[in-house]
Amino acid sequence: MHDMAAEARGGADAVLAGSVSLSTVQPGDRGVIVEVRADQSGGHGVDESELERRLLEFGFVEGARVELLHQGLIKGDPIAVRVDDMRVALRRRDAQHVWVRIERPEDAAR
Amino acid sequence: MSEGVLRPTRVALVGNPNTGKTALFNALTGSRQKVANYAGVTVERKEGTLTTPAGRTLSVLDLPGTYSLRARSPDEAVTRDAVLGRLAGEHEPDVVLAVADATNLRLVLRLILELRAVGRPMVLALNMYDIAQRQGLRIDLDGLSRELGCPIVTTVATRKRGIDDLTAKVDELLAAGALAGANTWREPTAAEIRGAHREAQRILKTYVRPPERPDTVTGKVDAVLLHPVAGLAILLGLLFLMFQAVFTWAGPPADAIEAGVGWLGAQAANLLPDGLLESLIVDGLFAGVGSVLVFLPQILVLFLFIILLEDFGYMARAAFLMDRIMGGAGLHGRAFIPLLSSFACAIPGIMSARVIDQKRDRMTTILVAPLMTCSARIPVYTLIIAAFIPDRTVGPGLNLQGLVMFGLYAAGIASALAVSFVIRKVFWRGAVEPFLMELPTYKLPSAENVLRNLLQRAQIFLSRAGRIILPLMVLVWVLSTFPAPPAGAIGPAIDYSFAGMIGHAIQPLFAPIGFNWQMVVALIPGFAAREVAVAALGTVYAIGDAEANVGALGARLAESWSLATGLSFLAWYIFAPQCVATLGVVKRETNSWGWMGVMFLYMVTLAYLASFLVYHTAVALGAG
Repeated sequence: MHDMAAEARGGADAVLAGSVSLSTVQPGDRGVIVEVRADQSGGHGVDESELERRLLEFGFVEGARVELLHQGLIKGDPIAVRVDDMRVALRRRDAQHVWVRIERPEDAAR
Repeated sequence: MSEGVLRPTRVALVGNPNTGKTALFNALTGSRQKVANYAGVTVERKEGTLTTPAGRTLSVLDLPGTYSLRARSPDEAVTRDAVLGRLAGEHEPDVVLAVADATNLRLVLRLILELRAVGRPMVLALNMYDIAQRQGLRIDLDGLSRELGCPIVTTVATRKRGIDDLTAKVDELLAAGALAGANTWREPTAAEIRGAHREAQRILKTYVRPPERPDTVTGKVDAVLLHPVAGLAILLGLLFLMFQAVFTWAGPPADAIEAGVGWLGAQAANLLPDGLLESLIVDGLFAGVGSVLVFLPQILVLFLFIILLEDFGYMARAAFLMDRIMGGAGLHGRAFIPLLSSFACAIPGIMSARVIDQKRDRMTTILVAPLMTCSARIPVYTLIIAAFIPDRTVGPGLNLQGLVMFGLYAAGIASALAVSFVIRKVFWRGAVEPFLMELPTYKLPSAENVLRNLLQRAQIFLSRAGRIILPLMVLVWVLSTFPAPPAGAIGPAIDYSFAGMIGHAIQPLFAPIGFNWQMVVALIPGFAAREVAVAALGTVYAIGDAEANVGALGARLAESWSLATGLSFLAWYIFAPQCVATLGVVKRETNSWGWMGVMFLYMVTLAYLASFLVYHTAVALGAG
């Protein structure tokens, strides 16, 4: 997992190719974090490296298993995510920096 | 060297939020606690003492919960600085007591790795160990202790289990002469955090076997409470219940306090000779103390709800549900409790803004809280509406007076949202803090902890807010009493006082918004509390016991004010900061006269503009 993350940081888009941003995920979706990288400006009140570190500190780290549990009423925002064995709430705009390889049941069936 | 003998051993409690750290602190120190503020910041400082089995005195500091020593909020900065010994007026701790939720070790392990770098002797308390056992979670305590290089004690703070073991371990550590190592901590980079996660993951894998019966209750409860529609409906129901409780439960005790203080004042008045001293004690001190105490029931009821919701683990869910709705106006999801409570009274509302940890979000909430229509405005609104708005039906089930009352409430809410929107868009533009929040597992609150917390709230309000409110109340009394009217004076006494002089002097300023001098004079004692304006108007219009005789006062106002003036007065009361108690609490909660000044100025400005607009519109429409 962690090698993958290292590769991804090196710019290997091959890893990211099969992954989606956590900000686009729907309830019930689950998967594994492949990359946490806050590099584009998202108009956050803190700089990107700070946001990246906060995400990491809440357990959004490469290799962690995530599942989207709930979402808010308006535009499905914010989202409640299971990260390994804890639950974290965050806004989709902050979640956009977390990249996830989704494992859908239908993928397994195919 | 000798210092070590003289002073108590300092122990700092550090841990993630929601690990039962405060419950452990309560179990350790019982009632030997002191709550104060850290020098220069509004972060609460909780310290308690205890004696260990070996007879050592420990002074325990309950530091704010954090996920990292890299501070993200003022609370977390205190934790970092206290641990590092950088905090002004504080010594570095002799022992760090790390507190972990035994069922949720991943993040705290990373924090412990950071704490290890600080080099202080450390003991790890695995709290909520009963829940871990019930879940069938197996932890190799000896192995983990060896790996982390610190003793481990299992505790159940809410049942006071493991507390003696814990203090004994601190004794052992100190007796063995554990010394602080070199402090190698520095703010970790993202790569270092990733590395620490890997390390924590490895430790978890080696020493902790996952639970055989993981908690499923939280997931099931969340399916209902976090449901986009049902969850919001339940939240609104809860808020309604809370709002009702603040109004109804707090009403009778508040009335009793008012009556009790009034009775005591009357007794004092009987004992004292008539004159200034009597007036100072009865109208100044007793009325001042009463005006502080009268808020206590509301504060207790509100905080009872807040503490229960927080301890259940519901508060984070409520913030989740409300975040997007509040976010449109630039408010944090957690701002809804302070704002809702402000409908009863802005004082508990502003105090409860503590649940918001980001400084800017908290300031915005505090600044707009007094715009919510508090219950003290109701007597003023009722008086003016009864005097000026005809009691007639304007549609099916719509009464004009009721409609105006509703409009006043709506204006308050709309302006609070508008002001917070402006603050976020104009003054703190682009500074939207990330919103990341753990949703803790649900837990049953412990009665003892809830009660202790509640009593601390009451103590904080009385000792510190009271210290600001009381002198301000006496000041208002001085202004409305001195100088005394000359012998043979015919007008009301207040007319000759400083308040009267100020009222006459600044009346030209108020002429453009249609206020006559009587109104301006009444505004000054009205600063004591909004509803006092009714009594003050009674005084200047020489209507005896105006509060009991609202009809007579209303009739008098109706004949001496134009409709435009009446409406302008209502508009003034939507916005004006007519309450020294609120200003005192803002000073106390923001620890700054500056923020209090900002609030006063912006509210006066809004009030003036609103009254100006209303008055001139009404005059133009022929209501002058």
